[in-house]
Amino acid sequence: MAVLALAIKSLRNRKFTVGLTVAAIAMSVTLLLGVERLRHQAQRSFTNTISGTDLIVGARSSPVQLLLATVFGLSDSPNNIDWESYESIAGHPGIAWTIPISLGDTHAGYRVVGTTKAFFDHFQYGRRQFLRMQTGEWIDSEKGATVGAEVAEKLGYRVGSGIVVAHGAGDVSFIKHDSHPFHVTGILARTGTPVDRTVFINLAGIDAIHAGMNPADHHDDDPLTVHAMSDAHHEDEPNAITAFYIGLKTRSAALSVQRMINEYQNEPLTAVLPAVALQQLWNITGVVEKTLLAVSAFVVLVGLSGMLVAIMTSLNERRREMAILRSVGARPLHVFSLIVGEAGLVTLVGVFLGIALLYGLLVTVQPLIASHLGFFMPMRGTTAHELLLLAIIFLAGVLIGFVPGFKIYRHSLADGMTVRI
Amino acid sequence: MMPLLDVSAPGRVLTTVGKRFDRKNRAIDISGLRFSWGISSPPVLDIHGLRVDKGHRVFIEGPSGSGKSTLLALIAGVLTPQQGAVTVLGHRLNTLSSVQRDRFRSDHMGVIFQMFNLIPYLSVVENVTLPCRFSRLRREKALRRDGSLEAETRRLLTHLDMDHPGLLSRPVTELSVGQQQRVAAARALIGSPEIVIADEPTSSLDADHRHSFIELLFAECRNAQATLIFVSHDTSMASLFDRFVQLSKINLADQETSKHAGGSH
Repeated sequence: MAVLALAIKSLRNRKFTVGLTVAAIAMSVTLLLGVERLRHQAQRSFTNTISGTDLIVGARSSPVQLLLATVFGLSDSPNNIDWESYESIAGHPGIAWTIPISLGDTHAGYRVVGTTKAFFDHFQYGRRQFLRMQTGEWIDSEKGATVGAEVAEKLGYRVGSGIVVAHGAGDVSFIKHDSHPFHVTGILARTGTPVDRTVFINLAGIDAIHAGMNPADHHDDDPLTVHAMSDAHHEDEPNAITAFYIGLKTRSAALSVQRMINEYQNEPLTAVLPAVALQQLWNITGVVEKTLLAVSAFVVLVGLSGMLVAIMTSLNERRREMAILRSVGARPLHVFSLIVGEAGLVTLVGVFLGIALLYGLLVTVQPLIASHLGFFMPMRGTTAHELLLLAIIFLAGVLIGFVPGFKIYRHSLADGMTVRI
Repeated sequence: MMPLLDVSAPGRVLTTVGKRFDRKNRAIDISGLRFSWGISSPPVLDIHGLRVDKGHRVFIEGPSGSGKSTLLALIAGVLTPQQGAVTVLGHRLNTLSSVQRDRFRSDHMGVIFQMFNLIPYLSVVENVTLPCRFSRLRREKALRRDGSLEAETRRLLTHLDMDHPGLLSRPVTELSVGQQQRVAAARALIGSPEIVIADEPTSSLDADHRHSFIELLFAECRNAQATLIFVSHDTSMASLFDRFVQLSKINLADQETSKHAGGSH
C-alpha cells in the first residue's frame, strides 16, 4: 500500500504527460467500446426489425438483397412480381396470412411502401410486437397515408397533413407525383425499426400514381387530365407488387412452402427465411466488423505503447529517486511495483475515463445515429463481454508496465544507493 | 602503512574491556573485505579491518572515485562483498538475505546523499517520514517519541533550524540546497536509527552553511545516540569528528592500483 500511495503521488506530480497518456488510452478505450456497441446494436436492431414473418417472397434475386430491399429499404428494389402469382401462392392452405408490399417511391427522402391493412394486422417486430397507432387510423382510402413516428416528427405531420410522393429513391427526385397528393390518416407509434421512417399508402394508391406516369398510355402534357383519366380507370387490384411477407399456420411448413415458391412455374420467384438471410448478411458484414474490431484493438495497443514510451523515457531521470527509495529501505521489488503500479493506475484511469467518454458520446451522438443509421443506441450498463474487454486492457497495461519495471529493477540492483546519471 | 587500522579512540583502554562487551559496543565491524564490480575487474575495495564503536562520529576521507560510496553501500547492505565480513550492530550482513538486508537498513540506518536527496513529488513531511513507510520499527519509535509522525517531523526540523512557518507546505523542489539537506538529515534521523550514513552531505553547501549543518547533525546524532559515518573528500571539518580515517590508508586495493599506476605518495 505504501508503494501504491507513492505511485499515485508520483503520477500526480507529472500531471501533464500522465494526463496525455491517460487521454490517449481513454480515447482508444472509447473507440473500442463504441465499435463493440455499434456492432452489437446494429445486429440487434437488424434482428429486431422483423419477427413472426416466416417467408419473404420476391422476384428471383439473392436472399440478402431481397431482405435488404423489403425489410430495411437499404437496397434497390428487385423486379416486380405479378399480382396473379401473389394471389395463387397466398391461397396455399398452409399460409395463415400474407402482406403484399410495393416499393420504389419516396417522400422527402423517406421510403414509401404501398401495402394493405394486412401490414398493420400481421407485421411484427422485436419480440413479436404488433404495430400500434400513435394517433389516427390506418389508411382508410386510396389517398390516405399512414406515416412512421420519425417521419411525423421530422416533417411535422399531423393527421390531415398533405403529402406528395416522388418516384424513385433519394432525397431529390425529378419526377414528382404532385398530381396525386395524399393526406395523413394516422401516425404509428415508435418501433425503433425502419417502419418509423416509412410512409405507408394503399397498394391502390401506388397504382394510381404510376398509372399517370406511363408516357405510352397518354401523350397529354396536362397532368390534371392524365390524373383524372387514370383515377377513373383504376381497378381495385394492382397489376404487380414488389414482394410479400408470409405468415404460416405452422412454422415447420416453412421449408416445403419455400421450395414450392422457388419452383413456381409461372414466374421465377425467391422465397427467403428471414433468419437465414440475416445469417448470410452477418457472414458478409462479419469481415468488416472483425476488421473494425481489430483496428480499434490496435488503437488501444497504440495508446498503451504511448504509456510505455512515456514511462521508459522518464526512467533515467528517475534513477536517483529509486536510489533514495532504496536508501530508506525500499526493496528492488518495491521499486518494480512502483513502476508497474503507475502503469496499472494510468491504464485504470484511462479505462474509466474511456467508459465515461463513451456514455458522454452516446448522449450526444444518439440522435444522430438514430436518424442516420436507423437504430437506437440505448444507454445501458456495461455487459460482461465489455467488462472482459476492459479487464484485458487493464491486464495488458500492467503487463506493459513490466517492461520498465524490470528495467528499473535491474537498475536498482546495480545502482544500489549510488546514482550514475 | 598500517594494514589494520583501529579507529577506536586513542585514549580508550581497550585491553581492560572484555571481548564480549567490546563486540556489543561495536556498531560496524569490517574484516577481510574485498569487493569488485565484476568477476574479472580489479577489486575496488580491499580492507583488512575497520571498526567503529557505537555513538561515535567517524570521518572517512578519500578523493572522488576512491570507493567511498561503495564502502557506504557495503555498510548499508545494498552491496555484498565477494570476500570478508561486514558486521553491523552484531548482524553479519553477508548471511542475511537481500530482503532481510533491506529491512535491516530501513530499521537501523539513515542515509544522507550529496544532493538531490528528496523525492520531488512528496511534501517535506512526506519526505521526512518516508523511512516510516518501509520500517515499522522506526515508525513506532517515532510515534513513541512524539505521538505523531508529523509532530516528530516538526521537532526534528525545528532542531535543524527549519521551523519557519510555510516551509513545510512548500514543494521540496522550491527549497534551497541547504534546506533540502536539512530535510534529508531529518529523514535520516526520524525513528532514531542507530547508524547515520552521510555521503558528502555538505559538498553542495557553502562554508557557513556547512558548519551549521554539521553542528545540527552532530547534535541530533548525539540526541539519538546514533553512530555517524561521514564520508567526504574535504578534510576541513575532519577535526570536529571523533576520528578521522583516510580511505587510501586502509584500502589495500587503492594502494595496489596506485603502485601500478606509478603514483607517488
